[in-house]
Amino acid sequence: MQMIEADLAIVGGGGAGLRAAIAAAEADPGLRIVLVSKVVPMRSHTVAAEGGSAGVITEQDTLDLHFEDTVAGGDWLADQDAVDYFVRHCTEEMVQLEHWGCPWSRKPDGDTNVRNFGGMSTARTWFAADKTGFHMLHTLFQTSLKYSSIDRLDEYFAVDLLVEDGRCQGLVAIEIATGDFVLIDAKAVVMATGGAGRVFRQNTNAGTVTGDGIGMAYRHGVALRDMEFVQYHPTALPGSGILITEGCRGEGGYLVNKDGYRYLQDYNLGPVVSEPTPKTMELGPRDRLSQAFWHEERAGRTVDTPLGQAVHLELMHLGRAKLHERLPMIYELARTFLGIDPAESPIPVRPAVHYTMGGIATDARTATRLAGLYACGECSSVGIHGANRLGSNSLAELCVFGRVAGEAAARHARDAKTSDAAALSRQAEAVEGRALALLTREDGRDRLATLRDAMGDTMQEGIGIFRDTAGMQATCDKLAELEDRYRRVHLDDRTRSFNTEWLTAIELGFQLKVAGAIAWSALKREESRGAHKRLDQFGERDDENFLQHTLAFHQADAPPRLDYQPVNITRLPPAERRYGSATKKAASAAQGALP
Amino acid sequence: MSDSGREIEIEVLRYHPERDSEPHFETFRVPFAHDTSVLEGLQYIKDHLDGSLTFRWSCRMAICGSCGKMVNGEPKLSCHTFLRDYYPGKLRVEPLWHFPIVRDLVVDQTDFMEKLEAIKPYIVRDEEKPVSEGVYRQTPAQLARYQQFSQCINCLLCYAACPQYGLNSDFQGPGILALLHRYNSDSRDQGQARRMPIVNAEEGVWSCTLVGYCSEVCPKNVDPAAAVNRNKVNSTMDYFLRFLRPRGASS
Repeated sequence: MQMIEADLAIVGGGGAGLRAAIAAAEADPGLRIVLVSKVVPMRSHTVAAEGGSAGVITEQDTLDLHFEDTVAGGDWLADQDAVDYFVRHCTEEMVQLEHWGCPWSRKPDGDTNVRNFGGMSTARTWFAADKTGFHMLHTLFQTSLKYSSIDRLDEYFAVDLLVEDGRCQGLVAIEIATGDFVLIDAKAVVMATGGAGRVFRQNTNAGTVTGDGIGMAYRHGVALRDMEFVQYHPTALPGSGILITEGCRGEGGYLVNKDGYRYLQDYNLGPVVSEPTPKTMELGPRDRLSQAFWHEERAGRTVDTPLGQAVHLELMHLGRAKLHERLPMIYELARTFLGIDPAESPIPVRPAVHYTMGGIATDARTATRLAGLYACGECSSVGIHGANRLGSNSLAELCVFGRVAGEAAARHARDAKTSDAAALSRQAEAVEGRALALLTREDGRDRLATLRDAMGDTMQEGIGIFRDTAGMQATCDKLAELEDRYRRVHLDDRTRSFNTEWLTAIELGFQLKVAGAIAWSALKREESRGAHKRLDQFGERDDENFLQHTLAFHQADAPPRLDYQPVNITRLPPAERRYGSATKKAASAAQGALP
Repeated sequence: MSDSGREIEIEVLRYHPERDSEPHFETFRVPFAHDTSVLEGLQYIKDHLDGSLTFRWSCRMAICGSCGKMVNGEPKLSCHTFLRDYYPGKLRVEPLWHFPIVRDLVVDQTDFMEKLEAIKPYIVRDEEKPVSEGVYRQTPAQLARYQQFSQCINCLLCYAACPQYGLNSDFQGPGILALLHRYNSDSRDQGQARRMPIVNAEEGVWSCTLVGYCSEVCPKNVDPAAAVNRNKVNSTMDYFLRFLRPRGASS
């Protein structure tokens, strides 16, 4: 097996991985950095983020407000030390991106502009029209080309970590074009592989968002934290799940039911306002909006479309010129995928799975409990999102904590010693053997797509916007059955070069593990908080028993072992979340609580 | 997926480096609905008919640039090209022209990546401004000078469309020249002088014969042909200015 020696390996070439790579290269130019990505970096899913990235910049805004919005938005399950660090470093990252060439949208005087976003007290979302993720990703990728110490392994598929002497010391990857295995010997590894939204059938995510890194870390004993908190984005296209940005509502779009009624006023988000108003109506947080849709659907007030139930997103009143300037991609998506001109007709939208709010548990500085392993971006749970992430916090997160991870891993790599190379080789060969076994199995039964779709369906049914014990238990059972059937998955393609069926099968292995962690974590959280809403006797938030993080630990051939960890609460004690007309009251109360 | 019960024939180029000496075509029948994309047609084949069919895809919303293919001889993003538009005829899907085939519909994009790295596709400054000093001012008019060219998703459709690149892959090609122009036109950038040798070289703008098909096939309206043309002007200016001031001076 080919061996590549590095100081630092970064897995994942999206925004977080690229930011980590640049930070590490700047922190220590002598470091040999390998960036492993299963797609060429600019194809990574950061590219599809639309609305924007948070960073306090206006005169009426403060770091405290961003802190409070994030903590309250997360229904008090966020770690406040991590949130503090986060809000203090968002803006400098946005400025840094500007210096690197990100084409932020501008005000007439040439300053960068910000827009309103859901759950945020004031406009603080930096945007590049409605292609913010695309521009951030290309800016980071193209800037990374400046650093000769970053050695890219594009289209290399990470299969497993190498853990020896209790330390993460590299990984095994497949060169996709040839199917050859490589051992990447590294003193530190940064996991930046993105979320796991593809374990659900209807989602806004790219095909690559299969939770590989989450699954890898999990199988090596690293806890997955708060996996039950899965974000349903309230506005995606029915059927495909293509994302229709919250920026539409930030710019003033309305959500109406089949009667043309702005139904959010019935869900404690009113009063009805005609202009975009922070934390009110369409600018409520995502969990509340998706939950409101669920109620409207149950009450028969949604619109019947060929691809399922929907509500209408009205942008017509914004006018064509504003749509072209601020929402050009949404305009194009509506025209291409629906044949609709959003300047003239509403866009049918419904919730779809969007974001994995839990992930690989790290401390507030991206270190996992496995020495030498760091995690950042959507694959990680650094602790800032709690039970519900606010829109535009994730693009900021991948910069802030991508940088932290890159620097922390660089420091670790400088001091770490390598173990016996022969031991790493033996491990790598075992990894290769297991991966190759998928290609040689003769007793294959189920097609890959059968298992993948069954997983997506059962997750959708049991781990939906609203959940109950029976449904979640049924999903847990179904996943166990699918894991069993996965052992005998049938592949048509037994060859090595660019065998995407084989890679998809390896991904499915990770997905089933991660899906199990999500479902069991959800079943055992016997309360309702943020995006985890139950219809059974656990319909209320229960701070006495569940103001704590869920930790899921992998167990072979058994459900995960669950443990709980206290939430870090420094200065904002738990309170009721308030939106709409209650916002003002909540804000002044919170202000009073601050030192 | 098949709410209409209609089926379409998709003829796909197959090539496997481990067993084929040359490519051949294979035909599949695929059910489709009004909104079924060519990409979804290929996914149907992979999921249900032949798991060995190989193609790249990712975002399925025309922003990641992964899924470019030749569809009936035209370069297209397969995720936003729809089967209904070819029915009742059939569909021939091939890998993007002008690139070596790795397997089936997957091409080798190394050449593009190497060219991208060479043009310094990032802001070049004589002196970096500290982050603590805040953002550069850039008026909407200054943004508009390069914004269009910053929309390139690197999907390579323009390379598959470009006859010059087909004849000689040393040519930088439309997408690269558009990106080079994007940085040269950015008010924050001071790297134009360092990029001009690439523009001026024979493989730079002067290889372009103004066919303009690149701009026609671009799914993001980047208009690389316009970027190439503006660089012909820049290249001519650069040629004359070279006699007036020393190389490397600000341009």
